[in-house]
Amino acid sequence: MTMEQKVKMIEVRDVQFVYPGNNENESVNALSGVNFHIDKGEFVGIIGHNGSGKSTLSKLLNAIIFPTKGDVIVNGLNTKDHEHLWDIRQTAGMVFQNPDNQLVATIVEDDVAFGPENLGVPSLEIRERVDRALATVEMQAYAHQKPHQLSGGQKQRVAIAGILAMEPECIIFDEPTAMLDPSGRREVMETIKKLNRDKNMTVIHITHYMSEIINADRIIVLDQGKIVMEGSPESIFKNVRALKKIGLDVPQMTELAYELRNAGMDIRDNILSIDEMVDALCR
Amino acid sequence: MSVEIRNLSHIYSKGSPFEFQALNNINVTIEDGSFIGIIGHTGSGKSTLIQHLNGLLTPTSGTVLVDGEDIFNKKKSEMIQLRHRIGLVFQYPEHQLFEETVQKDVAFGPKNQGLSEEDVNNRVRQSIKMVGLNYDEVKDKSPFELSGGQMRRIAIAGVLAMEPSVLILDEPTAGLDPRGREEILAQIKSLHTQKKMTVILVSHSMEDIGRLVEKILVMNAGEVVFYDSPNRVFTEIETLESIGLAVPEVTYLMKRLKTKYPEIREDIFTVEAAKDEILKVIRG
Repeated sequence: MTMEQKVKMIEVRDVQFVYPGNNENESVNALSGVNFHIDKGEFVGIIGHNGSGKSTLSKLLNAIIFPTKGDVIVNGLNTKDHEHLWDIRQTAGMVFQNPDNQLVATIVEDDVAFGPENLGVPSLEIRERVDRALATVEMQAYAHQKPHQLSGGQKQRVAIAGILAMEPECIIFDEPTAMLDPSGRREVMETIKKLNRDKNMTVIHITHYMSEIINADRIIVLDQGKIVMEGSPESIFKNVRALKKIGLDVPQMTELAYELRNAGMDIRDNILSIDEMVDALCR
Repeated sequence: MSVEIRNLSHIYSKGSPFEFQALNNINVTIEDGSFIGIIGHTGSGKSTLIQHLNGLLTPTSGTVLVDGEDIFNKKKSEMIQLRHRIGLVFQYPEHQLFEETVQKDVAFGPKNQGLSEEDVNNRVRQSIKMVGLNYDEVKDKSPFELSGGQMRRIAIAGVLAMEPSVLILDEPTAGLDPRGREEILAQIKSLHTQKKMTVILVSHSMEDIGRLVEKILVMNAGEVVFYDSPNRVFTEIETLESIGLAVPEVTYLMKRLKTKYPEIREDIFTVEAAKDEILKVIRG
């Protein structure tokens, strides 16, 4: 995409969010002075330690909560305009951590149909949407199964299909792999990357696993309710010490490159993947 | 305390249409004072296995010997005594916190053991310290005011307060941020090295398993695939991948480097060891 064609999917303008308490001393300032935007089709990773404001931010983007100060604009609609609430929630779908809490029906395809049914989509179209969504996450073969018989990774893919069936423009993933085993994590990450690459879906991926966002277009780092870093994965992860200081980590290959540099080896500091490390060491 | 698992099988809902064999003839010996990791994909039988070790589940056949004694051939009172010695920390243990204060929550276990108030208080104080929290700062707080990582540690303290000889943890770092993970694992490691506790760690993180444990138990479809040192297990990349597992990232790297540097070692699972080996072989 060239500069002129970039369309803003999400704009966050000078947002503050305060969780109210019983009195002023008890209220908690979860976010303050947060400014950023996300373009259509972008893949943005958000990292930060527990309590840094990540989940508050994701709820603001999905219009589950509303800014105390400032504005959140989703696809041109301000979340403060309550008449657009359902449009916004349909535009920005959300996938959560625990797959068991997100599936409601007793049959996979009924679960995927739940969203569009509630949107009042005609039944013939629901059928098409469900088939399409299950095909996208490669779960057609399981359409008539019971969700509890699926593995964790498969359940998360069904949860993603349920969001896709509502035809959102953007999906916010809030630690979708935290409860999965290695193969489940791989399945879900491949699905997310495919949605972004092939369907041009805007993806916001919140995670504690740094290796999941080494291919992101951009990473936003939150600490104590503020954005402390923003940029490409290469430019973010080379700040090994600064990230560790705020309780975060870097991908294993970046850490290895950092250690090798400290030991006096001539190797670049922005290595993220095994491929890059092999290239650097086998020149 | 040693734990011997002998010909252990477990069938859920036996005789019903939902019959499911979760464990099939498991034979494993866990030596006193060792640090064991258990890996396996979701549904491979890990949780079913560990619930047999303190008698929460009864085997369909086979048994478990603790210090040579058959735990399923005991009177109820003896079984209760035994459970106190084998502490099991479930997944997301903070969901089980329920008391008004941290002090009361951690005291719940030892109180039920029938200890005097003074002994209970000492244990609460010690176990909160063992998980790296400041007793005076947290004792009167509601457990629900604490951060996720702190809540998890209080839940672990509640198990430690029973003074178990064997500590079993089912994915103790799930859902925590990198620092929270690091802190909990460091504490578990020190319980093993300093208190000589036998530790059994169930984890999906091959990196954590690779740098912490002495032996890895690999489960698949209710059976033991490997029970061996990390050196041996993590060189079986193809088998591990075929059962939905993986090896640490640095291990994949070393394998790739071997094509250009045939003398480089492949049995490497930590960033630290990879650094040393690369400096030795590649920088020369």
